Amino acid sequence: MSDPREATLGTAAIEFIPESAPDAKAFLSVRDLRVHFPTDDGLVKAVDGISFDVERGSILGIVGESGSGKSVTSQAILGLHTGTSAKLSGEIWFDDKNLLAASEKELRALRGAEIAVIFQDPLSAMHPYYKVGAQISEAYLVHNKVSHAEARKATIAMLDRVGIPNPAARYEDYPHHFSGGMRQRAMIAMALVCQPRLLIADEPTTALDVTVQAQILELMKDLAKELDSAVILITHDLGVVAETCDSVVVMYGGQCVEKGSVDQLFYEPEMPYTWGLLGSMPRLDRTRQARLTPIAGQPPSLIQVPKGCVFNPRCRYIDRVPGNRCKTEHPELVETTTKGHEVRCHIRPAERRQIFDNEILPSL
Amino acid sequence: MIRFIIRRLLGAAVVVWIVSVVTFVIFQLAPTLSHQSPIYYYIAKQPPPVGSVQFKELEHAFGFDRPLFQQYWFWLSNIFHSHTISNGTGETSSCHFPCLGYSFKLHTPVSTLIWQALPVSLSLAVGASILWLVGGVLVGTISGLRPGSLFDRVGMIGTLTAVSIPIFFTGPILLLLVVYQWKWLPDVSYAPLTKDPAQWLRSMILPWIALAFAFAALYARLTRANMMETMGEDFIRTARAKGLPRRTVVVKHGLRAALTPIVTIFAIDLGTLIGSTVITETVFNLRGLGWLSIQSIRTKDLPVIMGVTIVAAIALVLANLIADIMYAVIDPRVRFS
Repeated sequence: MSDPREATLGTAAIEFIPESAPDAKAFLSVRDLRVHFPTDDGLVKAVDGISFDVERGSILGIVGESGSGKSVTSQAILGLHTGTSAKLSGEIWFDDKNLLAASEKELRALRGAEIAVIFQDPLSAMHPYYKVGAQISEAYLVHNKVSHAEARKATIAMLDRVGIPNPAARYEDYPHHFSGGMRQRAMIAMALVCQPRLLIADEPTTALDVTVQAQILELMKDLAKELDSAVILITHDLGVVAETCDSVVVMYGGQCVEKGSVDQLFYEPEMPYTWGLLGSMPRLDRTRQARLTPIAGQPPSLIQVPKGCVFNPRCRYIDRVPGNRCKTEHPELVETTTKGHEVRCHIRPAERRQIFDNEILPSL
Repeated sequence: MIRFIIRRLLGAAVVVWIVSVVTFVIFQLAPTLSHQSPIYYYIAKQPPPVGSVQFKELEHAFGFDRPLFQQYWFWLSNIFHSHTISNGTGETSSCHFPCLGYSFKLHTPVSTLIWQALPVSLSLAVGASILWLVGGVLVGTISGLRPGSLFDRVGMIGTLTAVSIPIFFTGPILLLLVVYQWKWLPDVSYAPLTKDPAQWLRSMILPWIALAFAFAALYARLTRANMMETMGEDFIRTARAKGLPRRTVVVKHGLRAALTPIVTIFAIDLGTLIGSTVITETVFNLRGLGWLSIQSIRTKDLPVIMGVTIVAAIALVLANLIADIMYAVIDPRVRFS
C-alpha cells in the first residue's frame, strides 16, 4: 500500500532492473518454475522446472498433451494458485516484478489489467447468472475508475471489435444465449477490454468447430498486434501453433522437452516426443502416405515421474543411447547447434538430425 | 417471466385441487366405503340409530346419501358458499367462505380454529427458518471456503452432533436450563405479535432455537458442499483472473451460485414446517397447527383434521410456488426453458 511503485503499475516504466532479472528485452521471464500439489497419493509435480521468455508483441506457443502442465503454468503466471495447497518455486518476472513473490493485492492489480486470460470452454468459464455485457464491464470497472455507463460503452465497443453483431443488444444477453463461437468472442472481449500487455490463451479454440477456430485465431492475432500485446497460446494443436506462433515450448510430464522458434520446431525438431507429435498431426497439404502414427503408451504419472528421461517409457530410440542412460540419467535442456533451440535428449545432436532426416521426415 | 409465473400458478392450482380430492378420499370416502357412516365424526356425539328419520336427515344434511361424485362436489362447494350446519340437536352455526366446517367438539368454526393457530405456526416456522438460514449459511460458507481448516473441522463435528440430537431432547433441555435453572427468560406463554411484541418474542426465542438447531446443521453441511463445488467452477477462476477482490469473487460469483439449490430446499422446508411442528409446539406448549391437528386426531374431530390438512397442503404448495419463482429470478437459464 505504501509502495509508490504500485501507483505507476501498468505504465511499463522500469525504474531499475534488479540483478536477478534477466534479459531486459523479454518482459515476461519464467525461470525454473515448479508447481507441486501435495495429495493423498503423493506429490503431484504438475510443473517441474520450466523456463521461457516472452518478448513484447510476440506469440509463444506452449504445446503438450493433457496433463503436461500447460494450464498449470498459465495459472501460476496469474497467481491463481494462491490460497490452494499448491507449492510454487522459481521466478516469474513481469517487468521488474517477481510475480511469485508479489502480494495478492499486487497480483490482483495485474490480473485482468496487465495479464489477461482467454479460457477454453467459455460456457463454463462465464458465470451463468450474469449478463455477458455485465461480466465484461465488471472486468473494466475493477481496473478503471469510471462510471457504469462508461464501462458499458467500452464493453459495447469491445464486443463490436471482436465481431459480435448488434453489440448493444447482445450486451443484455446471458451466456447461454450465445453460440459457441460468439461466446468465445465475448470471452476474448472480456480478456482484452482492459488492453492487457500479456494475453494468455488457454486452448481458446478447443471447444469450437474448425471454421470458427480459424476466425477466432485470426481475431486474436489481429487484436494482439493492434494492442501490442504479447500472447502465450496454450494448445495441443500443432496446426494452430504453426499458423500463429513465433516460438514454441514443448511440454511433457511437467517439463520443457524442446524449445525454439516455430521454424526450428517444425523443420528441425530434435526431440523424439516432438517427432511423435508431428507424426500424429494430420496434414492436408500433402497426399496421404500412411496412417497417422500415434505415440505409443500413456502420458507419465506426475507423482512417480519416470527415472532418467521423462519420455523414456514411450521413446522408440532409447537403444540409440549407450549405457541405458535414458533410464538412469535425467537429461538437461541443452542448446543445439542452432541458437535459441534447446532440446532435452541424450541422443547426440548429429545423430538426432540424422534420425529425423532419414527416419522421421519421409513419413511426415 | 410473466408466462413462467402464470404456468406455475396454474400448476399450483391443479395441485391444490388434487389435495382436495385426496383429503376427501382419505377422510370421508374411506369410512363410507367400509360401510361406516362418517356422521359420528361430524356431529361429535352418538348419532341416532341407523335408518331412523333423524339419522337420514343428518346424512342428507352432510350429503352422505348422495352418489360419490356428488358427495365430493357437495363437500367442495360447501367450502365456497355460505350455509348453516346443524348437528340435529339444536346446535347450529352459519358458515361462510372459506367454510371448512364446524367443530361441534369445540363449538367453534374450523376456520376460526385455524385462524388462531396459523399465526403461532407461522411465527415459529418463519422465525426459526431465518435463524437457521443465517446461521447455517454463514457456517457453511466459511467452512466451504476453507475445507480442512480448524473452523471447518470443529464446525462439521458440531453440525453432525446437532443433526443427531432430536428436538424432544434439545427442547426440554433448553427450557430446563434457560428458563428454570439460569432464569434468563421468564416462563411466558404465547402472545400474538400484534398484541404484545415483547412477550411474543420472549415466548418464541427458545422454540426458534430448538427448531433451528437441527436445521441449521443441515444447512451448514449443504452450504459447505455447494460452496466447495462452486469455488472449483471455471467461472470462479475467470472472476479471479479478472482481478476482482476476493469478497466479490466469493459473494457475487460464488455464494449466489452455491445458494441456488438451497433456496429450493429452504422454501419446501419452510412450507412443510408450517403444518408439522408438532413436537416443538408440544414441548413449548404452543397452540399452532401441529398442536391443533394432534388435538383433533385425538378427539376424532373430522372437520378440524380435514381443515388443517388442507391448509398445511396449501402452505406447502405456496412455498413450492415461491421457490420456483425465486429459482427463476436467481438463475436466468430456468426462465427460458
